[in-house]
Amino acid sequence: MTAPVAAPLPPAEHEAVRGLLGAWALDACPADESALLERHLADCGPCAAEAARLRDAAGWLSADEPLDPAPELRSQVLESCLVRRAPLLRVPDWAAPYSAETAKLDALLRDLGPSEWLERAEAPWHGGTEYWRPAEVLCHLTAVDGFVGTAYGLADPVGGLPDVPAGTPWAAVTARTAWLIDAHGGRAPEAVRALWREQTRALVHTVSLAGPAGGEVPVDYGDFRIPAQDALVDRAFECWIHADDVARAVDYPYEPPSAPHLRQMIDLAARTLPAVLGGRPGAGGEGPPRVLRLVIEGPAAGEWLIPLDAPELPGDPDPVASLVVDGLEFCCLAAAHRDPDRMPVGQDGDAAAVRELLRAAPLLSRP
Amino acid sequence: MATPAPIRWDQQIQQRLARGEEAALGELYDQFSPMVHGLANRVLDSQSAAEQITREVFGHVWEHPGDFDPAQGSMRSWISTLTHRRAVERLRRTSGLPADGAGAGAPPESAGLEEEVLAAATAARVQYIVTSLPHALRETLTLTYFRGRTYQQAARELGIPEATAKHRMRLGLQLLATALATEQHR
Repeated sequence: MTAPVAAPLPPAEHEAVRGLLGAWALDACPADESALLERHLADCGPCAAEAARLRDAAGWLSADEPLDPAPELRSQVLESCLVRRAPLLRVPDWAAPYSAETAKLDALLRDLGPSEWLERAEAPWHGGTEYWRPAEVLCHLTAVDGFVGTAYGLADPVGGLPDVPAGTPWAAVTARTAWLIDAHGGRAPEAVRALWREQTRALVHTVSLAGPAGGEVPVDYGDFRIPAQDALVDRAFECWIHADDVARAVDYPYEPPSAPHLRQMIDLAARTLPAVLGGRPGAGGEGPPRVLRLVIEGPAAGEWLIPLDAPELPGDPDPVASLVVDGLEFCCLAAAHRDPDRMPVGQDGDAAAVRELLRAAPLLSRP
Repeated sequence: MATPAPIRWDQQIQQRLARGEEAALGELYDQFSPMVHGLANRVLDSQSAAEQITREVFGHVWEHPGDFDPAQGSMRSWISTLTHRRAVERLRRTSGLPADGAGAGAPPESAGLEEEVLAAATAARVQYIVTSLPHALRETLTLTYFRGRTYQQAARELGIPEATAKHRMRLGLQLLATALATEQHR
């Protein structure tokens, strides 16, 4: 401020200016009176203190709306911010779906009432169905997110490693989930929500700090290892699927991921499919390794070539069949939320190859 | 609530924003977008206008994180001030409400407004405090804060002298501030 220090106002004028404080805090003063008051605040400690106090109180008049902003607004707002000022520390592209999906689930949780926290969500996977309360879903997500967190040196939310029976598929996932449900499942829902949310935030923060090379950090799920850049897309996928399970249980609408994020999830599923197809005797018998063309329709449209009989594509792939399916439906199938024999799909070529892929896709799911 | 200790969180997020950390911007958005969008939508009664204000407010905070002064109040208070100012300026610009009070304002708010305002409150604590304000004070606060009236316009619509309107605004906020402070120190 370069304005000359004003002489103290005469008492009557001081009272008149002070009288504007409430109106000013509500943005209800005409511009000239606001300017007059703000000049005075620079010189008058007691008035400045009252101004801050009233301004803060006015802020509390606006309680959060129950109607949340549309989920797609988040990426629009963040993008327009990043154009105005380039970030020095980016959220890696492979962490963006996780950041968006965890925020979307958190917004759903914010709206849950006490009775809704008692509902049980139906969470099918290829080996069965879990019936979890929302807080138990959060324990599960926290348990599996913890695989990624510990890979980056974050504290493991699962204290005292549970005994993991050898040879049982998904034993580590199941044991860690059970441990967290046992430790936290009975706590206040908001406490469980905070436990889950803190770790999701710490993860996004940490992978941003780790920089571009951080995506190669191996994440050990117990049954397999994948690089962090795939693991966080997987975590985003599971967050969405389970959030949708919760939303169905409480009868709330739930938006699918944005098109670019959905595409990352489909790409991961398409790249992982050979692992669940692998070792199955191909219907082609001794013929050359078969390849299927997967055509995804909808906002995340794209094409992938899937080797059916080998982990890698042959040098000169010649697809034996094409499978055309909506991107969202494909994701639901991969999450074992659809019956592979009743999927609305388009196909061309070797029908057995198409059926083989459709039936393998749910094997990507886990508890 | 999944809300960390406010003062420490305010300062940490400010530092992270200043360092240009995109993840901090995401956290800030997740924390305050319901408030920003909700307040703008209430004042402007338009989803698209509320979304525009939301873009502007977070854009401003991201570009100027150093403007936040923890000594002047909380991050929430700062962001709600930025939001309210923008929303009210836009309302006065687009609705033909004159900035300084000559001319007729819109008809007084419907009887349902206060209930709507209160229904919007998610924090029962705040809801209780606002409800327990004397009616005349509450009426004056909501008319100015959510309808973008100047104190002169509010006085005319309520049929009270301007001095009374100003007095009610100051007194109402003082009572609210005192009640909030008492609650927060419990």
